[in-house]
Parts: sequence; structure tokens; C-alpha cells
Amino acid sequence: MSKKALSKTTYQIPIGPIHPALKEPVQFEFTIDGERIVDVDVSLGHVHRSIEWTGMHRNPIQVLYLAERICGICSYCHPMSFALAVERVAGIEVPERADYLRVIQGELERICSHVLWAGVAAHEIGFDSVLFFTWQIREEALDLTEYLTGNRVTKAITMIGGVRRDITPDMVPRVKKSLDFLKANFEKLRKIYLDDKTFKMRTQGCGVLTKENALKLCACGPTTRASGVKKDVRLDQPYFAFDNLDFDYVTPDVLTGEVNGDVYDRIIVRLLEVKQSIELIEQCLERMPEGPIVSEPKIPKLLATLKKVNGEGIGRMEAPRGEVIHYVKLTGQEFPYCWKVRAPTYNNILPWIPMLLGEQIADIPIVAASTDPCMSCTNRVAIVKDNNRSYLDKETLHKLSVEKTRRLMQ
Amino acid sequence: MKFSMLPQVFAQMFKKPWTNKFPAKYQPSSTTKYLQDVQAGKAKINPTVETPPGFRGKIQYDREKCIGCKLCINVCPCEAIEFKPEEKKVKFYLARCCFCSQCNDVCPVKCISMSNEFLLADADKYSKDLIVE
Repeated sequence: MSKKALSKTTYQIPIGPIHPALKEPVQFEFTIDGERIVDVDVSLGHVHRSIEWTGMHRNPIQVLYLAERICGICSYCHPMSFALAVERVAGIEVPERADYLRVIQGELERICSHVLWAGVAAHEIGFDSVLFFTWQIREEALDLTEYLTGNRVTKAITMIGGVRRDITPDMVPRVKKSLDFLKANFEKLRKIYLDDKTFKMRTQGCGVLTKENALKLCACGPTTRASGVKKDVRLDQPYFAFDNLDFDYVTPDVLTGEVNGDVYDRIIVRLLEVKQSIELIEQCLERMPEGPIVSEPKIPKLLATLKKVNGEGIGRMEAPRGEVIHYVKLTGQEFPYCWKVRAPTYNNILPWIPMLLGEQIADIPIVAASTDPCMSCTNRVAIVKDNNRSYLDKETLHKLSVEKTRRLMQ
Repeated sequence: MKFSMLPQVFAQMFKKPWTNKFPAKYQPSSTTKYLQDVQAGKAKINPTVETPPGFRGKIQYDREKCIGCKLCINVCPCEAIEFKPEEKKVKFYLARCCFCSQCNDVCPVKCISMSNEFLLADADKYSKDLIVE
């Protein structure tokens, strides 16, 4: 973004990288006119952890657990899309039961993530009693996760070619009990979030992202669906068992009959998706066939197969925040030759700018939180030379490209 | 309803808190002293929430069964396992362990298992509690 000429009436406020209102390090530079925001600049790259590089020095089984640590909340979709990519490279067929089990885990994660987000949104507008109430409900979803996978957050359920733990018939009643609890409390949550005056005052007409902007800036996940764009990897390019399940795009007009693209609409989309996820899990439990849960239970044999594979593959799935893409290249060696991650927040950063323009300073936290950002997921590259950090903009990249052509010509 | 959170807030005033008060009902003025008291038997610790079956906690290692095949070292994502060549046995550093239970899955003789013990915080990462061998 170019720097605008500043008149005497505007002034600048830097917020971040470390700031009490932001959960993760990200730096904003606002140009303010009175209370209104006239210009926004976002600078990223404060939490680079070189996960991809580490992954290129680990074998695919080890990378699964490393991928889990890209994001604490999406600790299922990152390893799973890595597994999808590797399965595509190696041509591994996943058993049908495993496909259904994968859907169950994915949707359970979506419930946890969306309910967590709803609590954070309430906290950002200063409604802390709702935060505690929402997270109390989330606790049941976390207990269910712990029961099914063995831990609350880092699930370690993914395996290349299937999943690691089955849901046996004697576990089903416990799962159903939790789902019933969530369903009963969903109605309470819906009333609080969608009918309460406080929420309506703070979120309606605030942080608007139009459909055109959502399409132009490639927003993804609930952020784009709240603007009326019907985009969902689960339906556009079904993976796992999603092609056998009945569900549809969630857009705010399902409930209210109109699309505004504001923060209120994003709350509607996320809450309705929680309900949709509960229904999807129930469908899976009904329709799940019998059979094995993993295509190759012997891990040394699986690793030996992956060592011989050559090729590249992409794994994509709908994470709670949007579409996550993993690219993997295997070249017949123990470790992947290349691993590239694109987390959904990367797409949802630029939509912040049209959302924040024209809003008040006090709206910054709720608007910024409304896309459910996860900064540490996004940081993939950092350029450091002689202890100095630098950015490669379009001109520099073009210059480097020209230089390379010249080098090759010589 | 205009303020739909209000009934919930009033109802909560007469309900038991959802949170499990761990390790004590009220925060002790000095946690270190409190833990010393617990060890000396003077104070009682409030129990944790029970873990479900299949919980992945502290690793347990059956030394006699181990055949030293090194498969667990090959799959451990955080390189928490050390091989001791003279005895052909392994040593686990729990300070590095990520509790993924992959070594447990891969072990051909099932000499590794996961217990439900998870209170493993320690000031020294090489303390006796954090090394399994």
C-alpha cells in the first residue's frame, strides 16, 4: 500500500506487534481522522518458526505430528491435508470407514473452533459473561475430543492412509450423549448471539466485506460465506466421505434472508455451521460401514513404500477458518523434498483492509477477530540477511527475475 | 428477547461453578510452599478431572521386553528417544516428548504403553521423573 499524503487532520496509530488487544503478533498501522480509520497497513512476519524447513528433515510420519503444531486450533486439518497430499503422491487408497471417521474428527474440530471463536468475539466486544458461558459449552466438545483421540488439543489421530483410532459400537452412546448436550445448548447460544441487543448494536453494519471484495481478495471459509459467496471445499471438491452426506452451503440469507457481509453475518455463519457439523457427525455415525480404519497398519512397511515414491501432490480441505492447502514433493528419499503450507488466514488478511476502512478505533478488535485470524499459521517465509530483515516487494522480485535471466544468458 | 444473556447470568448465581478447583480451592499465597506442604502431608491437593480410557500420558517402558529394534527412534517426531548401544535398550526424555503415542503404535513387542499420568511439570528437564528407562 502506498503512503498517502497526510493532511493536518489525520494522524497515525501503530497497534502491535505485541498488544493486549491482539492475541497474536501482527502489526497494524492506522491512519486516523478523528475516530474514523482512513487507511490501514498490515505487516506480518513476527512469528516465523521455520516449520517447513524442519519438515524437510523428518520422515512423513514425523511430519504428521509437526504439522499438528502449525496451529493449536486446527491441529487436525493441517496433518490431515498433509496426509491427503502424501496419499495422492503415493496412490494410497483410504478405506471407506476411515473416510467417515475422518469426517467425524474434522467436524468435531469445526465445532470446537467455531465455539471458541464465538467466545473470543464476545470477549472482544466486552461481553465476558458470554465468553465464559460459550467456553463452558466448548468444554463438552473438548471432552468428547479427548475421549475419541486421547488428548484435548493435539489429537494425533491422523495416519497416512487412514486414522489411528476407531469409534467402536460401545463408544457411540458416549458420543451421542455429548452431541445431544451440544444440540440442546446450541439453541441457547443462538438466542444469546443472534437476538441480544448488545451483539446487534456492536456487530450489525460493522466491518462490512462486500461480495465483490470477497471474490476479488480471495477470502475463504466463513469470512467469504458471510459475504454471500458460496465457496466450501467440502462441497466444491468433496474429499473424505463428504460426497455421501447431505448438507449445503451456509450463508447468512438462510436465516435472515439477506446478506450484509458484516460481523453479525459472520456470527450467523459460524453458529449455523456448528449445527451443521453436529448433524454431519450424526449422519456419519449412522452411515459408517464396517471395515478397516487404515490401509497399511504396519508403519515400517508404510515408510518403506513412501521412501520409493516419486512425485508431487496437493492436499486441500476445509479447515474451520477456510481452505488449507498442503503441497508435498517426494523424490524417493526418506524426507520430503519440499513441503509448502498455505493456511486459510493468509487469504483472510487482505479483506481486513476494506472491512476496517471507515470504522471507529473501538471496532478494530471485533473486526480483526471476525475473520478468526491465526498469525502463526500464516508465517511461512522470513528473509534475514546479516541480522537485517527485509521484504521482497513486487519490484524487487521482478528485478531478481530479470537478473536470473541475464545470468542464464551469459 | 432484548438481553437474552440475563436469565443465564442469574441462573448461574445459584449453580455450582463448572471449573474444577485445581490444585486448591483458593490460590495459595506461595505455590512452591503449598506443594511442599502437600509433599509433607500437611495439605491436601484437589483431585484433577478424571482422564478417559486411552488417554496419552506419561510413557511406561517395559525394559525386559525391549529388543532394541530402534523402530521407535525412527518414528519419534521430537527425537526424544535415545538408544543405548551397549545394552541395546532405549531411554525416553519426557521433557522433549510430545505424547503422540507413535512409539507405542510402532513397537513390535509392545513394550511401550501410555499411562494416564499427566502432572509432569518440573523445573529441571533432566529430573528423575522426566526420564524413563
